[in-house]
Amino acid sequence: MTSASASQDANHSDRRSMRRSPQELPPWPVAILAAVGVVLFALPVVGLAARTPWTGLWTHLSSRFVVDAAVLSVVSSVAAAIVAAAVGVPLAWVLARVDFRGRSVVRALVTLPMVLPPVVGGAALLFALGRRGVVGGPLHDATGLLLPYSIWGVILANAFVATPLVILTVEGALRNLDRRYENAAATLGASRLRVLWRVTLPMIGPALGVAVVVAWARALGEFGATVTFAGNLGGRTQTLPLAVFVALEADRDAAVAVSLVLVALSLGLLIALRDRWWPSR
Amino acid sequence: MTSADASGAPRVLDAELRLHRGDFELDVHLRVEPGETAALLGPNGAGKSTIVAALAGLLQLEHGVIKLGGRVLDDPAAGIFMSPDQRRIGVVFQDQVLFGHLNALDNVAFGLTSRGMRRTEARERAQAWLDAMDLGDLGHRRPRALSGGQRQRVALARALACEPDLLVADEPLGSLDVTARNRLRRNLAAHLSSGRNGGGSAHAVPLRGAGDVPRLLITHDPADAFVLADRVHILEHGRLTQSGTPDELRRAPATAYAADLSGINLVRGTADSGEITVTPDGGTSSEGGSRRGAVLLHAADSTVRGPVLATIHPRAIALHRERPSGSPRNVWRTTAEAVEPLGDITRVLLGSPLALTADITPGAAHELLIRPGTSLWVSVKATEVELAPDSRD
Repeated sequence: MTSASASQDANHSDRRSMRRSPQELPPWPVAILAAVGVVLFALPVVGLAARTPWTGLWTHLSSRFVVDAAVLSVVSSVAAAIVAAAVGVPLAWVLARVDFRGRSVVRALVTLPMVLPPVVGGAALLFALGRRGVVGGPLHDATGLLLPYSIWGVILANAFVATPLVILTVEGALRNLDRRYENAAATLGASRLRVLWRVTLPMIGPALGVAVVVAWARALGEFGATVTFAGNLGGRTQTLPLAVFVALEADRDAAVAVSLVLVALSLGLLIALRDRWWPSR
Repeated sequence: MTSADASGAPRVLDAELRLHRGDFELDVHLRVEPGETAALLGPNGAGKSTIVAALAGLLQLEHGVIKLGGRVLDDPAAGIFMSPDQRRIGVVFQDQVLFGHLNALDNVAFGLTSRGMRRTEARERAQAWLDAMDLGDLGHRRPRALSGGQRQRVALARALACEPDLLVADEPLGSLDVTARNRLRRNLAAHLSSGRNGGGSAHAVPLRGAGDVPRLLITHDPADAFVLADRVHILEHGRLTQSGTPDELRRAPATAYAADLSGINLVRGTADSGEITVTPDGGTSSEGGSRRGAVLLHAADSTVRGPVLATIHPRAIALHRERPSGSPRNVWRTTAEAVEPLGDITRVLLGSPLALTADITPGAAHELLIRPGTSLWVSVKATEVELAPDSRD
């Protein structure tokens, strides 16, 4: 089942018992290409499942190497999702509500990590925040704080690639929000902060929830920016995706086992979110 | 309950609203006295929503000033602009605009907690308001689980709970179907004019209604304006083209639009199985009561019983020199009291037994040789007599 047909079922669940109208059946070229698409995405999952050492699965997953990476991944991805929400929501608000010169430039800038190769993003972070970086140098001299090759670096790299997803989703939701609800709240004596907290955020709640979960998933799977900016230090900056990459050379069964966990997690997440990805629903 | 605000000044709305948006220019001077219900009546695009936005503080004036009681809400010349949350203006929005993520009780309590009231106290007051609106059991329901009329009352309670210095109702009945409109119009009339709602016996919390504040009703429906308002302001193309009591507007409409709106005949009576016994004129001449004795009107709608308000459009009234034959159920003899040419139409004010306004073409008026005192036959099809439960006691 693709997620597209899953959403169809959700929308039409109340008349599932009815016969499908001819309009719901795709023309044959569409059907063939759609089938090719499904195969394209299903094959890797099938390949992974076929290669999985099912009997020794738990041994692989409970190894020190995997557990360390998993703990680091969970902590850093959750932290990154929190950072993404904390920075992304205000940014989305500004982009959606404030009409200022250069807004499109700012929007392009903050969503750049979505299209940038993550490795380039990580390198750019390194040049800015590394020990000899433009900001990182003075920061290190003043506080002794060093972001690269630490868990803070992992979180920063994850947030860097995850925040644009929050910005775009929440900005869309804010644009779709009927402003009259906020106006009504204001006439009832609510301060602007209270309007934001009690009306705006609850009303875009579903979209915000989706945005944060998707940002978290993106952070969990982040590889390029993390390896470039934070390195690949076992137990310190080696997240699950990095562990998979390393294990592919050393212990292929462990790599497959971890990969399977990541695939299962992502797939489960997407099925749970279904068509809620788009906040305009 | 006094008509003075916190500063001791009488709560008068005195607003000179001047601004433009694109090609549209608004230039309106509006004054509403404490306890007065003023209707702002105008077609779509006349600037009604702009006026609401300017009063509520959602839009800044370019020129002019808004004064409410002793407070200046907006005065661009003096650099004063009070934000919406400081204005103490209760707005009943079109389509209610209730918060979908809060239940009815918390919708009503929202303004109270926004003003710093503690949650439990706010909920207690909100419950009292819901009780006063006969919604006491529905506090836990989300807006989408309420009927249109119930949502409307929640919206009114939400606005009134904050004890505003001005109540603005923007098309309060606009989104409702005809039956709900009629029922709610009565409800609204009661709540708009009462000084206290549900205060005293039933509740420990005294509720201050909108009885002593200026009230502004924004509507495009003449029935709303003429039934609910003490004074009607007609808004066209961003300007007030006429202001006056419903009676004054009926007698001398200044524009074609005003003529069209103000000609609506409203007759009070008691209905039973489609027969309306018209109430002998009890000081409701503005709504065209009968002059003497009981008059019987026939209406197609036989479902409404009890006190009713019958609406007859002036164009639905046919005038004849001879007794007409044919199907109209309502036929009677009367005299023309006044004949007023209003451009495309000629308005004939009819005398006893029912003071009605009839609009006919100038050609027909000429043909019938109608002058004041002319004896005429009136016919109205029963299907043209629309009934609504009466909204006033």
